[in-house]
Amino acid sequence: MISATLNTYIVLSALLFAIGFFGVLLRKNTLILFMGLELMLVASTLALAAFSRFNGTNDGNVFVFFILTVAAAEVAVGLAIIVTLFRRRQTIEVDELTALKN
Amino acid sequence: MGPILFNVFALLTVIAALGTVLNKNAVNAAMSFMLCLVGVAGLFVLLEAYLLAFVLLLVYAGAVAALFLFIVMLLDTHALRRPFQSTSVVAATIAGALLAVGVLAIYKQPELAAVALPDGPGVGASLKGYAYQLFTTYLLPVQIVGFLLLIAMLGVIVLSKKFETETKVVGGE
Repeated sequence: MISATLNTYIVLSALLFAIGFFGVLLRKNTLILFMGLELMLVASTLALAAFSRFNGTNDGNVFVFFILTVAAAEVAVGLAIIVTLFRRRQTIEVDELTALKN
Repeated sequence: MGPILFNVFALLTVIAALGTVLNKNAVNAAMSFMLCLVGVAGLFVLLEAYLLAFVLLLVYAGAVAALFLFIVMLLDTHALRRPFQSTSVVAATIAGALLAVGVLAIYKQPELAAVALPDGPGVGASLKGYAYQLFTTYLLPVQIVGFLLLIAMLGVIVLSKKFETETKVVGGE
């Protein structure tokens, strides 16, 4: 059993961030890569909410609110880019998207 | 009850996050992503940020994950035989080691562990605090975020619309 102290929340958030980060580093499918990016954002919101709860101030929670809004906009634009990419190149694998190489 | 729920939600979150990142099938990955968000929403409830838990479920697990599923099914990409990049394994190892050191440094920090929960209900428990701060201290960010959403909407329309001239050029060749 792990007790729910502030540093457990921070470590959990760091763990989630790390998992999302490795998803971004290691996956080839752009969609799953993007999901890893979203995991990183959610991990940061968890840390903010935990700090807010333990410090007794509401600013962290309000910040989480803004992060959620920006993330929603980001997902919409990112997925539109992926769809356009697929329409042009017929692939969304990062290995084959090498137009900017050299 | 609280500590048990914390363990359950933490475990659910981490396992579902691993499922998201490691799954070969993009649909299963999106489903795991949704489960992970449910776990994080549960943690928000334990932190007494009820509004945030609700918004997370509504915006993330509802809209964003559904959008992901929609795009996965729209693009219909086949599952790769080797879904992991081998080139960035070295980078991942180094990054993992650095992250482990950082996490250990946080975990061993006695000041963080000593922070006790403040008495009474959490500040994020009531809607009043959010409303007051959003309309006083954070009024400008609220307007900027609204403008950002508008621009994102316009951007998505421009990105996904097929323009007449573009198709003509492709057809002309």
